[in-house]
Amino acid sequence: MSAIGTDAIEGFSAADNTAQATRDRLRVGAAVLLLAALFGIPLVANDYWLNAVLIPFLIMSLTALGLNLLMGYAGQASLGTGGFMSVGAYATYNLLLRLPELPLPVSLLLGGIISGLVGIVAGLPSLRIKGFYLVASTLATQFLLEWLFNQYGWFSNYSTSSSISAPRLAIFGHDLSNPTGRYFLTLATVVVVTVVATRLVRSQTGRTWMAIRDMDTAAAVIGIPVSAGKLKAFFVSSLVIGIAGALWAFAYLGTVDARSFNLDRSFQVMFAIIIGGMGSISGNYLGAAFMILLPILLDHLGGGLFGGAVDAGQLENLQKALFGALIVWFLIKEPRGLAALLSRAWTQLTSRVDR
Amino acid sequence: MSFFVETLVGGLLAGVMYSLVAIGFVLVFKASGVFNFAQGSMVLCAALTFVTLRDKGLDFWLAALITLSVMVALGIAVERVVLRPLVNRPQITLFMATLGVSFVIEGVAQIVMGASVHELDLGIVDTPIEIGGVQVSQFDLAAAGTAGLLVIALSIFFNKTRVGIALRAIADDPQAALSIGIRLQTLWQIVWGVAGFVSLIAGLLWGARQGVQFALTLVVLKALPVLIIGGFTSIAGAIVGGLIVGAGDSLAEIYLGSLLGGSVSTWFAYVLAVAFLLVRPAGLFGEAPIERI
Amino acid sequence: MSLLKRKRIITKAIGLAAVVLSAAVGAGASAEEAKTQYFPLATFRVGAYASSGIPVWAGEIDYFRYINEVEGGINGIKLVWDECETNWEVEKGVECYERVKAGKNGSPVPIFLPHGDPISKALTEKSVADKIPLVTIAYGRTEAIDGRVFPYSFPVVFSFWSEASSAVNFIAEKVGGKDKLKGLKIATVYHDSPYGKETQVPLAHLAKTYGFVDIQIPVPHPGNEQSAQWAKIRQLKPDWVFLRGWGVMTPVAIKTAAKVGFPVDHIIGGIWSGSEEDVRPAGAVAKGYLAITPFPAGANFEIHQKLKKHILDKGLSDLKDPKSFGSVYYNSGVDEAIVAVEAIRTAQAHFGVRPINGEEAQWGLEHLDLSEERLAEIGATGLQQPLKLSAKDHEGGGAGKVLQWDGEKWNVVSNGWVKSDRELLLPLIYERAAAYAREKGITPRDATN
Repeated sequence: MSAIGTDAIEGFSAADNTAQATRDRLRVGAAVLLLAALFGIPLVANDYWLNAVLIPFLIMSLTALGLNLLMGYAGQASLGTGGFMSVGAYATYNLLLRLPELPLPVSLLLGGIISGLVGIVAGLPSLRIKGFYLVASTLATQFLLEWLFNQYGWFSNYSTSSSISAPRLAIFGHDLSNPTGRYFLTLATVVVVTVVATRLVRSQTGRTWMAIRDMDTAAAVIGIPVSAGKLKAFFVSSLVIGIAGALWAFAYLGTVDARSFNLDRSFQVMFAIIIGGMGSISGNYLGAAFMILLPILLDHLGGGLFGGAVDAGQLENLQKALFGALIVWFLIKEPRGLAALLSRAWTQLTSRVDR
Repeated sequence: MSFFVETLVGGLLAGVMYSLVAIGFVLVFKASGVFNFAQGSMVLCAALTFVTLRDKGLDFWLAALITLSVMVALGIAVERVVLRPLVNRPQITLFMATLGVSFVIEGVAQIVMGASVHELDLGIVDTPIEIGGVQVSQFDLAAAGTAGLLVIALSIFFNKTRVGIALRAIADDPQAALSIGIRLQTLWQIVWGVAGFVSLIAGLLWGARQGVQFALTLVVLKALPVLIIGGFTSIAGAIVGGLIVGAGDSLAEIYLGSLLGGSVSTWFAYVLAVAFLLVRPAGLFGEAPIERI
Repeated sequence: MSLLKRKRIITKAIGLAAVVLSAAVGAGASAEEAKTQYFPLATFRVGAYASSGIPVWAGEIDYFRYINEVEGGINGIKLVWDECETNWEVEKGVECYERVKAGKNGSPVPIFLPHGDPISKALTEKSVADKIPLVTIAYGRTEAIDGRVFPYSFPVVFSFWSEASSAVNFIAEKVGGKDKLKGLKIATVYHDSPYGKETQVPLAHLAKTYGFVDIQIPVPHPGNEQSAQWAKIRQLKPDWVFLRGWGVMTPVAIKTAAKVGFPVDHIIGGIWSGSEEDVRPAGAVAKGYLAITPFPAGANFEIHQKLKKHILDKGLSDLKDPKSFGSVYYNSGVDEAIVAVEAIRTAQAHFGVRPINGEEAQWGLEHLDLSEERLAEIGATGLQQPLKLSAKDHEGGGAGKVLQWDGEKWNVVSNGWVKSDRELLLPLIYERAAAYAREKGITPRDATN
């Protein structure tokens, strides 16, 4: 049995095909509306919302998507997420620096591919090690990569602080370095990757992954190429995470060093997919919202409600404890994550529309 | 040569300190299959409670006794409130839940006891002594001795007492253990209580070594490779793993560090652990589960 | 959960979100003429470094309160501040900066204190775009001393390069002159991070100049295990150790040094290894430990008498632990607040007595002149070194005092302020700033105005 088992994705019964079609149409409609809203946001949102809330939220969703492909679909848990993000960031930085003639999307994709290749190497132990020992072994990747970028100046072009700074972001001469530009770059990347990933998990590859996840020994017995499937999952996952890392560095922060991609980041992403829902695409967005938006919300609320009245340090500690408690509460209350919760709400809503 | 031996001995003794934290993990994992990441926060909480009580003028043993009851209560509370409702969930969910618990413990401990750093003096003199031309720290020797005593005590507990034997039965086969009338939940609480006790010992020794401050929670990161190497279910493994990691880290930092540019000990133990896993996928002393389709 | 109940929860959540949204949007919208000067504080009261941070904000807030309560504000303009928690993390620091940068109730942000080396680096370019000066006292990019390339970064008072140079000069003071440095072995035990590596270049340069042997020994983060590093020290037998730690690394280093028998009074801690919070956890073995700092400890400076009388004794202080009054970190907060207040005052003299915005404060900083006389008026003689900033020099001072821990408190043991060899290092710094400008495509400003 795989230790990191998840429940199958919420499926709709095909008993009533017309209702199913209606729901599908509604679903697409909702997605279009959501997209329109996301693209319309810069018209109303100020810098703060773009720079500090929406951009990190979108990138966190993308990172979660990457990890979810590996963990939620292929059943291989990893705590090397931060490491792969840093590979993507440093690789893209060096491509932009050393091959300036490449257009930005190509550099981003190549950076992702380099991260994916590192992912294959990091995934090799998964052919032999299973379950929780595998999780522990991915920590080696995390720490080794963090060390590598801190230690060798070449990766950061020998900058004094071994940090990398965003070169001028532009697509076909169009400057993207203002908040709106960076937001659109992020949003476009997230949309494209989400579409590709959704198709991928519904393809043969996706089914292979799920077979491996549900029981790899059994999958091997019936002739599914388990090893190739696992490595492919590591490649695709690290590729997506690498792109997200590059965006984190350049579209969000501007200047980073390897510490932005430390173990805490890996934990944060893992929280996002467990709370959002493993083996679910929409779960990534919900989980990322939980991890990025909730602390900010708590902070604003805390400041608004008790600012001045309660000691600032106590308030911060209280928020931390509360955030931890909320995480635990969600894990207990909603085993299949926010995605399952939303899915149930959606079914109830659409079933009413049908009538 | 004496430099090599000194580095080695220093590393081995540091390794024992890692083992102390690792033992706490092993106890809980063995009995309930939970990889308790909150162990680090428990170590901090124990040390912080103890120092706060000492600062209030309490006697050493009284403070230790109160801290012990706080830690045991905390362990039992975590088991009762968090892990029992999560029973039969995937291991990774349990693991992440304990990470959430660690936020709560850290937050609450600092609300109650503040965030300042404290000195913790156990009254062990720490001037180096020479043994056969090799310099050894007295404090580290004392710590190693304590760890040894702890392991002996735990072995007796597991092998000789009724509770211990029941615990081993659970670890072997929970279903069978339940069916012969072993009360699983009571035993889980006992284990979490014992884990609280172990975190007190670890908290005192680590606290004395580096001062009582937030960074105590980071000792977990050193304990992880120890666990991987030794296996999640073996106390002997935790000790052997600790020695391997401690010695490996120190020697790597000196001999590999000069080649690669230093700080190799941040990852060396983990890479070593993966190497061990490739040979023995369930750790040196762990047992590989047999898979049935 | 019933549908109804869930609906209610959702409605509530939307309500909450709306409140937050309006608060965030409202921050920059008010057109009302402000009579107060907004001064946001980025703090870290939770996380691994909270213990070092808490006394800093206390010093800062106490001084601000003193300005408001006793002096009636800066020329009558009172300071208002609120806090934003960064956890000392880049991401949360950036969030805080974005949250406050638009000002509050129409009062602009004059200066942002990032309080964290990585945060300051992440904000370097954003601050230029937003025209908000970052003041990073005793941390941040050393190259930012060149204000022609870094118009909005101010590593005021004591950069890492000055720190290294002053430490070497203190050793020279101890051994009887710079010519005696020749042949000495000075080992730098550093936190292996961008911050820790900052002093490698200046030390290599100084070693070449004065002929001492420069040994560099990294300690991996967090630094709670150092037996290997100190075994190496025991083997190499350096004459002096320069300890550039952060957080738990410092007490562990002191304890491990004692363990291998290295004399603690030959270890000179850097700025972030030289506070009470660094030595207290090490206990008795820390007695005799040295540290170089731009924030000399002590509660006997004139300003402290005033703070005690008007703030502490009236229960207005932000200090939780009165023991920390006059500690290194508390005094660093007072220092930071003095620099900020004086920069605003300088800007007011030029632009008019009203709340100052970032662009004006940048002018104020570049024309800041903390002379001996001015420091005496403030009551900060001996606490703060005299400094004069310009577009070409965003540091100004560049000297530190060396403190020694006597088991209870810090005592100054250097001969006043130990100056660094700025004239020797500045060309190197300008060179690096120019390289940065080339890489980034920045045209350096004209520094004549």
